[in-house]
Amino acid sequence: MAKFQTPEIKEYPVIPRIREGAMAGLKPLTAKPDHQRALGFPGELMDNWKEVAIDKMADLLGKYRSLPVFLDACVKCGACTDKCHYFIGTADPKNMPVARQDLLRKVYRRHFTFAGKYFPKLVGAVDLTKEVLDDWYSYYHQCAECRRCSVYCPYGIDTAEITMAGREILDSVGIGARYSNEIIGKVYIIGNNLGLPAPALRNTLEGLEEDVKEDTGVDVRYPVDEKGAEVLVIAPSADFFAEPHVDGLIGYGKVFHEAGISWTLSSYASEAANFGIFIGSYENMKRVAMRIREAALDLGVKRIVVGECGHAWRVAYSFWNTLIGPFDFLDPRYPAPQHICELTYDLIQRGALTLDKSANDHRVVTFHDSCNVARATRMGNKPGGQLTIPRDVIKAVCNNFYDMDAGTIGEATVCCGGGGGLLTDDLMELRVKGALPRMQALRHVVEEHGVTHMAAICAICKTQFAKVLPYYNFSMDQIISVHHLVGDAVVLGAKQ
Amino acid sequence: MDFLSVAYALLFYFAAFVLVVGVGRKIVQYARTPAPLKIPTTPAPTTGTGVVLRLGREVVFFSSLFKSNKWTWLFGWMFHLCLLLEALRHLRYFTQPVWGWVVLVQPFGKYAAFGIVIGLLGLWGRRFFVDRVRYISAPSDHLMLILLLSIATSGILMTFVDHTDIVSLKAFALGLLYADWQPIPHDPLLLIHLALVAALMIVFPFSKLLHGPALFFSPTRNQIDDAREKRHVTPWASDTGTGAAG
Ligand code: SF4
Ligand code: SF4
Repeated sequence: MAKFQTPEIKEYPVIPRIREGAMAGLKPLTAKPDHQRALGFPGELMDNWKEVAIDKMADLLGKYRSLPVFLDACVKCGACTDKCHYFIGTADPKNMPVARQDLLRKVYRRHFTFAGKYFPKLVGAVDLTKEVLDDWYSYYHQCAECRRCSVYCPYGIDTAEITMAGREILDSVGIGARYSNEIIGKVYIIGNNLGLPAPALRNTLEGLEEDVKEDTGVDVRYPVDEKGAEVLVIAPSADFFAEPHVDGLIGYGKVFHEAGISWTLSSYASEAANFGIFIGSYENMKRVAMRIREAALDLGVKRIVVGECGHAWRVAYSFWNTLIGPFDFLDPRYPAPQHICELTYDLIQRGALTLDKSANDHRVVTFHDSCNVARATRMGNKPGGQLTIPRDVIKAVCNNFYDMDAGTIGEATVCCGGGGGLLTDDLMELRVKGALPRMQALRHVVEEHGVTHMAAICAICKTQFAKVLPYYNFSMDQIISVHHLVGDAVVLGAKQ
Repeated sequence: MDFLSVAYALLFYFAAFVLVVGVGRKIVQYARTPAPLKIPTTPAPTTGTGVVLRLGREVVFFSSLFKSNKWTWLFGWMFHLCLLLEALRHLRYFTQPVWGWVVLVQPFGKYAAFGIVIGLLGLWGRRFFVDRVRYISAPSDHLMLILLLSIATSGILMTFVDHTDIVSLKAFALGLLYADWQPIPHDPLLLIHLALVAALMIVFPFSKLLHGPALFFSPTRNQIDDAREKRHVTPWASDTGTGAAG
């Protein structure tokens, strides 16, 4: 394991001076040929990769309006340069959003624009070489696709779109990241990212029922594959066993129990996360999502509810209707799909849950807006509901709540540092450094308000924080699921 | 008609042609390329009117830039606003009689040129003094600023120092519009000013100046946030995939 230094939290956030090449060597492990082929990509770097890459770029330029618009529109104003948490944490100038785009833009200019063909030096256009390709692999895997840069760009240029295109071109010539591509393969074969087979899942859930019974004395159910249930819950597979996720799943069960809504998980579609988005592959994203439509039809449910998972909620909220809709077989009185926080929020509004806030009195809570929830989705009917609804849920179950600095929450939220397919040990240095802005903001509320816990609604955020909090002298259990807080406050049996 | 007048007349026809056709082709390309997925940067408007307002705020106030960097916003906004005033003021050379409101703009427009220069110098300064912006600047970024500054400076010199023959100039401009060519005044400052403007028109479709039209096609800004309410389908995307519904 390479050695690196955890960045120091200064008294105030600072924009670092650039350090060229600071993260040049860092890149994730590449996928094995089998994993590549399972996703429809070449197994390894092809001989004619140059032509294939340029052809793929042409193909994508014709398929996604965002690409030609974003590649043409940038004026190099620099407004985005200090907005990426990876730049702040690493000081590597290629982690500035515009510089990350430029890695692709300079090849686009060379091959697809008049200026770049005839005056390459003038506009910084270059041919596609192996060095450029290596830079793509390295720096398109130092982007969490978190969209923070797109908020601040005067033209809304979203580097996440460029990163996705970059990764798709890389996949198409035979180089993919092992982490994402191996996981997508598991979903095709087993149904979830963890490769947890149906019998193991059933076992786990039975164990969970016993635990909750022991804790509370109440028979709360955690059903799987129950035909005719009203709600199909699509949760990230991390929820099935790992801390702090599983306490969130326990919370969902308690909410359904108290509200008297029948629900089920599916062993066929036992994964909310859709890693197809990370690699920018429409085909793979659609194929992963299709399992959910099939499961919903097969189980005959009336509603689909998505658990606490950030990019998953983006794919569900923004893309499902396009990818696997229409959802005309579901109950039209509910949004399809619905977020678990929307469901809980509605129940709280209707007074369907009895809540004992004092159950969380030993906690002082703050909330980390997950990047893709905040900047790529909505909850409820009003713009910004994705920011207010989770907070309103927390405040309904918890007496002590404090927000972090305004520049690090809401639409300005800083990514946890592990999003977008980077949640792998081979990128630990990047993950720790990229967490700096969030750790800085957390430190502030800890000192100011005695915050003990940071709540989140994303499996990646939770896993990432559990891992990096200790690097910054916090403890790993300071990250908590929103539905853990809810579950602790729900008074079971109150409504029966 | 002398050689210079003919050359400048042809130059402007050529420049206008390149500008219109070049930008037109780009707009057609942007408009024809599908946006297969809903990707508005949220919180985003949930109605069409909301989107018009959002784009309006971007165009008129540079609202996103305001959020990100107050200095860049200040210089950039000042430059664009003054450029607009200056452009409106220049309508007086193309209208006969001069429209009433163009007359009203004149006194502001005259001094707007200084706003242009200050704005451009501020933006240029950032390219030298902010290490991040220095890193991302290509030679073309500096050249573009030099071009704009030269246009503004030659204009200022004509307005305030060495006046040109406005009456003949206007005859030349109107002559271009009505295909009734008139001689151009042989005034070096004017000739430089006009040649640079023609150059700006010609590079427009091949440069980052495309940010103007591109903004309106940016999916993160122009899409309505209604993914759940309305199914968004585009041709290639609905034919792609696993054969199941869709
Ligand atoms: S999407 Fe996020 S991680 Fe990627 S460049 Fe933009 S701010 Fe950085
Ligand atoms: S903010 Fe937008 S236009 Fe400005 S440098 Fe960044 S990507 Fe380019």
